[in-house]
Amino acid sequence: MEFFYMYMPIAGVDVFWPGLVLIGFSVGVIGGFFGMGGAWMVTPGLNILGFPMAFAIGTDMAHIAGKSMISTIRHSKFGNVDYKLGLVMLAGTMVGIEIGAQLVMYLERLGIVGSVVRWVYVCFLALITFMVFYDYAKAVSNKKKGITGEHGTEGITWYKTLHKINIPPMMHFHRAGITCSAWLPILVSLLTGILAGFLGIGGGLLRMPALVYLIGSPTHVSVGTDLFEVMISGLYGAFTYSMKGRIELVAVFVMLTGAAIGAQIGTVATKYSKGYGIRVAFGIAVLCCMISIILKQYHFNAASAVLILSTIGLICLYICKIMFQGAAKELREKKQGQPS
Amino acid sequence: MKKMLLLLSAALGWTLLPVLAFAGGASELVVVADTRVLTGMAKYFANLYNTNIVLFALWATVLTALYGCFLGFLMDFIMSRSGLDLTSRKIVEH
Repeated sequence: MEFFYMYMPIAGVDVFWPGLVLIGFSVGVIGGFFGMGGAWMVTPGLNILGFPMAFAIGTDMAHIAGKSMISTIRHSKFGNVDYKLGLVMLAGTMVGIEIGAQLVMYLERLGIVGSVVRWVYVCFLALITFMVFYDYAKAVSNKKKGITGEHGTEGITWYKTLHKINIPPMMHFHRAGITCSAWLPILVSLLTGILAGFLGIGGGLLRMPALVYLIGSPTHVSVGTDLFEVMISGLYGAFTYSMKGRIELVAVFVMLTGAAIGAQIGTVATKYSKGYGIRVAFGIAVLCCMISIILKQYHFNAASAVLILSTIGLICLYICKIMFQGAAKELREKKQGQPS
Repeated sequence: MKKMLLLLSAALGWTLLPVLAFAGGASELVVVADTRVLTGMAKYFANLYNTNIVLFALWATVLTALYGCFLGFLMDFIMSRSGLDLTSRKIVEH
């Protein structure tokens, strides 16, 4: 059994390394499919493995940066990353995160930071969940009526109204296929950045739906572009947490090895899934995340961890199924198409 | 690929600037790595962690980025041999 335990030189503890590989794999699959870092999934997993909490967040951040890099490379090959949009949004994101962090410090001085942050988080997760399912219901209804757009039927199209804002400079984002005022992505990223900084999260959970519903980027391009941003903010986070001595580099590398395989599965699965398939699965993940935070707020810590881990397991299996079924079908069709 | 690497390094440099400005900030809990039981690379990094946290942080960030890149391209090489078309996809929302 000793073989399955690895010594963490900085934290000074032995950790079950196959568990780290499994966490990396699962987060790689889910992150590559939804376009987010997945810090909310990693922390309870690390906790269960007995990883010291002082190191959990920093280790998580560095792992997310590396994992997003792997996924971004794959998404980039598919043409799912709009670098121009990502870089424009990066400016708003970084300023927003600093403003959010200052807000937290202000609330800390008032002594109400913990509960306010948690309930704001729950409210936004509820809003995203509602938006995703309302959008889906509307898309189904539009499909029945025969209303279709450029990429098939759509539900919520708030971005069409926002694209009417024509404050210069106007910018065209080739991969996303949209033309809008540069202020739109900057303001949207500023808002999501403020929220991310305020809630102490990477922001992929908020940015992905914002890219879809407010900026009007297709789901697949939103996933890839968001991962590009997660990668940059993850590296920034890895550096700051390393400066505070809160990182266990060995664990990062072990988790990344699992994530390398998982990220390929998650990313390639987006090829075989329709935009709304990704959106609905994302809505379910966000809903479970919200319930787990409510459970944690009322000190049902075990139930919260079980819910998060079972959600990760089930969504991971669902994505693997999409990827392997799609890949098998593609290979079969290729074989049939070849002259004998 | 060159364009992507250039973009990445520019973005990374830009994001690291404010961090360098705050580099002097101290955290509440001081953790010291026990270097007595370590050898080789692990000992080097644990020593660095104890004595020069800025250099350790730089190494941690650079190594994470390099390992991420290495794994990304390695997996790309392996996946390209699977026979799947990994360069195009249809965007269909519903």
